[in-house]
Amino acid sequence: MPRLPITKTPKVYVGGAFIRSESARTFPLRDARGAFYANIPQCTRKDLRNAVEAAAKAGPGWARRTAYNRGQILYRLAEMLEARRAEMAEALGVGGIGRAAAVREVSAAVDRLIYYAGWADKYEQVLGNVNPVAAPFFNFTVTEPMGIVGIVAPDPAPLLGLISLVAPVITSGNTTVALASEKAPYPAIVLGEMLATSDLPGGVVNLLTGFRKELVPTFATHTHLRAVSAVASADERKAIQLGAADSVKRTRLLKAEERIDWFSADAQHLYAIRDFVEFKTTWHPIGS
Amino acid sequence: MPVAPPKAFFRVLDEIGPVDAVGIEERVAKYTTRSIKKEAKVWGLRKAVSMVDLTTLEGKDTPGKIDSLCSKALHPSDDPTVPTVAAVCVYPSMVRRAKSHVADTKVRVASVATAFPSGQLPLKLRLQEVRSAVTDGADEIDMVINRGAFLSGEYNEVRDEISAVVEACGDAALKVILEVSELETYDSIRVASFLAMESIREGDFIKTSTGKTSLNATLGNNQVMLEAIRDFYLDTGTAIGMKPAGGIRAAKQALQFLIAIKETLGDAWLTNERYRFGASALLNDLLRQLAKEKSGAYQAPYYFSDATDSY
Repeated sequence: MPRLPITKTPKVYVGGAFIRSESARTFPLRDARGAFYANIPQCTRKDLRNAVEAAAKAGPGWARRTAYNRGQILYRLAEMLEARRAEMAEALGVGGIGRAAAVREVSAAVDRLIYYAGWADKYEQVLGNVNPVAAPFFNFTVTEPMGIVGIVAPDPAPLLGLISLVAPVITSGNTTVALASEKAPYPAIVLGEMLATSDLPGGVVNLLTGFRKELVPTFATHTHLRAVSAVASADERKAIQLGAADSVKRTRLLKAEERIDWFSADAQHLYAIRDFVEFKTTWHPIGS
Repeated sequence: MPVAPPKAFFRVLDEIGPVDAVGIEERVAKYTTRSIKKEAKVWGLRKAVSMVDLTTLEGKDTPGKIDSLCSKALHPSDDPTVPTVAAVCVYPSMVRRAKSHVADTKVRVASVATAFPSGQLPLKLRLQEVRSAVTDGADEIDMVINRGAFLSGEYNEVRDEISAVVEACGDAALKVILEVSELETYDSIRVASFLAMESIREGDFIKTSTGKTSLNATLGNNQVMLEAIRDFYLDTGTAIGMKPAGGIRAAKQALQFLIAIKETLGDAWLTNERYRFGASALLNDLLRQLAKEKSGAYQAPYYFSDATDSY
């Protein structure tokens, strides 16, 4: 018996739910040969605002989890991605990445998650400190998550680039709103489905698809975002820096015009975690 | 389990006409689809600010909290074009304190009274509470109806009690809380609205709820009460005000309630003399949206409230 083709409606993962854009707008995604593949949600500023609300709601709960538990959940996310390697490689293939390169990128993405899962209950020991002071006090420096971090993912390495930016941010208890690659958004759609089954509480990672031109300015000016981590062009970097100055947010900007080797060991490091924590120093009297 | 309404209920309902529940739901669902942008939105947000009864009704209220509530009521924003709120709404023990801040300003002091929120005290004591709040300086009294009497069909008792409170109020305006969540059906809300309106004066209000129960003001309840006010006004020429309370936290909701007024009662009710929002968190969100409209940038909630999670 002939079967009708069942095609998937791509939806973005926001607040633990799969949603369309509030505007109901979509843009057509074409595969490497130029054939129509699917309609991708064209998220708006309002979708970004709603995602920030979702991230704010999830924030305190995520930050309160023990570091060990956050590590376990990141590890679980890696397990989910590992189990669905073939599907993700196919999603990368839609954007024109060859089979072997796609498989290599998925493996690297899994490894990157494992890397940060390992750091989850260790970065505090390295970044925090007991400071020597010339008075009878214990003086501790400890880290705290910043809050909600906006992420703008690169077009090359649409999965690995996205995960390399998201993972260090959530490791320390931040929540994120991330804009997926505009040219290759499909891996982020599939990643959302894996996040949903990974024990990661809804709202910790919110993925949007859409046009950078429409959304980057709002990432820059939204005052509830405490930081922005972006791979951006010169014009976008300027817009982000201006908006960030106005709303007093931290920025971590990589240049889109330069080639970034996401596969290299340099693309993962403790400093990516450090860039999105606040340091708090406390004094405690030493008893006799 | 729902109890069959008393016979008196149907006698009143015959007179005033029942509510088309499905029609109400469908009507209010349309209000949420209106697109209010730019100048109209700013107008609506400012209007909503001017209609807020800024409320704190908690066991843990302190004089200090009343002080900060009053200064927020008088100066909601550093933007001078944002109006003051309509009133501060407090427990009777805090009336004197609140009045000392807002005396000689446009902000009024409203006090809940009559054994709020349950109303379960002898009438004599409830009236005494009202008189004492008025003596302390309350400009408005929020009373609760006797739901026990209402549900058992003792409508004269309900009316007599409201009339007694009206008398005790003197010059103070009265708001009659129906506590809609305990009335169960739209028909009962309509009957209770009429009972209350028959006993109060022009310029008094009917109010949805105490804010102390699970279900509070919804667009549906609001619509039933607005239509009761309209029908009562067309019958008698007496204009009664309306106050939804509880559960209205977002500016967007407030705008939807304003649309309901505009499309049911018209511009004459788009004033804080005839419409109020009983709310505590709503004002912060209204200010947040006004700031967004002014600067163009989405605002973090913690810039507008002292009592929010810092995340």
